[in-house]
Amino acid sequence: MRFVDEFRDAELARTLGTEIAALAEPGRHYKVMEVCGGHTHTIYKHGIEDHLPESVELVHGPGCPVCVIPMGRVDDGIHIAKQPDVIFTCFGDMMRVPGGDGSLIDAKAEGADVRFVYSPLDALKIARNNPDKEVTFFAIGFETTAPSTALTLMRAKAEGVTNFSVMSNHVTIVPPLMALLESPDLRLDAFIGPGHVSTVIGCRPYEFIPSDYGQPVVVAGFEPLDLLQSIYMIMRQLDQGRSEVENQYGRVVPWEGNLRALEILEEVFELRPYFEWRGLGFISQSALALTDAYSDFDAELRFNIPGVRVADPKACQCGEVLKGVIKPWECKVFGTACTPETPIGTCMVSSEGACAAYYNFGRFARSKARAGA
Amino acid sequence: MDLEEEVLARIERQRKLRPRFRDDRITMVHGAGGKATHTLVAGLFAPAFANDALAELGDAARLDIDGAALCLTTDSFVVKPLRFPGGSIGELAVNGTVNDLAVSGARPQAVTAAFIIEEGLDADVVRAEASAMAEAARRAGVAVVAGDTKVVERNKADGMYITTAGVGVRRGGAALGSASIRPGDKVLCSGHIGDHGTAIMLARGELELDADIVSDTASVWPQAEALIEVAGPALRVMRDPTRGGVATVLNELAGDAGAGMVLDENAVPIHSAVKGACEILGIDPMYVANEGVLLAVVAPEAAGDALDAMAATQGGAAAAVIGEVAEEPEGMVLVRTGFGGTRIMDMLIGDPLPRIC
Repeated sequence: MRFVDEFRDAELARTLGTEIAALAEPGRHYKVMEVCGGHTHTIYKHGIEDHLPESVELVHGPGCPVCVIPMGRVDDGIHIAKQPDVIFTCFGDMMRVPGGDGSLIDAKAEGADVRFVYSPLDALKIARNNPDKEVTFFAIGFETTAPSTALTLMRAKAEGVTNFSVMSNHVTIVPPLMALLESPDLRLDAFIGPGHVSTVIGCRPYEFIPSDYGQPVVVAGFEPLDLLQSIYMIMRQLDQGRSEVENQYGRVVPWEGNLRALEILEEVFELRPYFEWRGLGFISQSALALTDAYSDFDAELRFNIPGVRVADPKACQCGEVLKGVIKPWECKVFGTACTPETPIGTCMVSSEGACAAYYNFGRFARSKARAGA
Repeated sequence: MDLEEEVLARIERQRKLRPRFRDDRITMVHGAGGKATHTLVAGLFAPAFANDALAELGDAARLDIDGAALCLTTDSFVVKPLRFPGGSIGELAVNGTVNDLAVSGARPQAVTAAFIIEEGLDADVVRAEASAMAEAARRAGVAVVAGDTKVVERNKADGMYITTAGVGVRRGGAALGSASIRPGDKVLCSGHIGDHGTAIMLARGELELDADIVSDTASVWPQAEALIEVAGPALRVMRDPTRGGVATVLNELAGDAGAGMVLDENAVPIHSAVKGACEILGIDPMYVANEGVLLAVVAPEAAGDALDAMAATQGGAAAAVIGEVAEEPEGMVLVRTGFGGTRIMDMLIGDPLPRIC
């Protein structure tokens, strides 16, 4: 495939891997967090870790928008989906995320009309085509997907569509990073910045990371060579004793972000005082609700949702796993109460989350480590 | 034993338990061909019907009746839309059942067909499917010898559902069974993967994506017969990677054989249009359904001849050796990626839903 294969060249990857290894200080262990779930997927899909020296470890961060939705919000969504004459729409991979009592797939089996869409505009189209139904879109995602939800709402308002609403679960990227960095037991050396989010917010919002916490950030693209190159850029910063924000994804990410998209976000959304993150607890000013101008489209108001709050079991230590303080197998509920079939925390919900990956393939990693020893 | 080993050992024990079906309701996931389907079949149906022929849970049951070595199988077809580029439900209904027999080493002889038809369906649709089935049967060398027809009320079926059953006579010479798989064996694939599932997804028209992709629906008996003739007892096992795709079949084989499957991503034949469509849709072609592809495990000394024989059959031109069996990782599928790395390829969990990130 043209424009794709160029970014997946194994020979270039080997060269970059060698250069990364050359920058690693003997005896030092490096922990680099990729913030974005999309990066985790690329790392896993292409086997990027095989190109890295053993002393460079990638830590999977909190940036999978599906996995961070707390059980209570899923339950609230299911409550709406089960109302009469409702068509409930969401992105595909949201459908299997478990709430306190089943997932949206289960709700569908019980008779709810739940459909997956590729875009909020598709949900609006369903609303137009079904004027006798109430159509709700369960909006998730960081600043990456929020502008498309905002545009859809602006269009719905302009067209005077009355049977369409949005349950906003949009979250913002900087507050969880700050929460991680504030934690005294954090053990990380640098961050791979989220490329898609940065196309909207730009690179400036990460500047506090090097200036206040002394850690490099490199905003990266999503092809495997993008990731290897950004790890190389991080290692070069660490080697030279620098810490700053660098942009590896310049072909897509403008330093100042997308001003038009930011304006649209400003018009449609406002910050919630706080929002719950699965496994990370409540983080203040970390999510987006609809502004008053769009309250007619707010599913939370239209359906009088119960506001279910399902406490993460105390024993779940997702936060510690994310911070790299403990390994998955050191968590008290790992493999007992928390399994891929019955996940509790975000690290188990996503198949690429640290805990799910360890549950499924840990025995292999162990035998590989032994073989190498 | 340290804590990590203890935790891993506990997970391993849980994994080895016979799957128990504990769900309260059937969801779409139970029909997707992955782990949930396996749990439903192995945890509910298999214990209810327990018998030797069923116990293998193969593509077809092996029966020995008064000295006749037979295979018997059945399959239902609920595809939407009924017609799609490269095929239709009627063709699938014949080829699906024929292929379950073929990969079990049996020459397909006869099939039966049961139709559940929705009230109001245009008679021309029924006529067209009957002739599509007749044509597929002719090409596969089988006869449709019995059938049944039911009509249900409007909105109770998507136009038409078809269930077929098939019987075949086992070819001597091949001792098929995943227990015979050994480290060093080669994994062969008869053609391009992912065409059928991708063609169906695009034909539903919800994605507003156009591509020149047609279903591969066809009988794989020519490839199966060529393998049996050339490889004989060196042919370990054959499979038909339908729902759940190549990934699911290889995981099942790895689990049954207690060996590892090491796949070379660059060697797997995939049309670039399919690769591109899957890339855009966020779906892995390894999990996409096929209806005219055969996977085989062959002893290394016979692999070259087996590949040549398969490539010489009609529809086998793209046949390739895509991987091999290894001691490690036991029970898992390891992929050597085109990028020069490795990843574990798991069984399909849930439906192959598109990712947002």
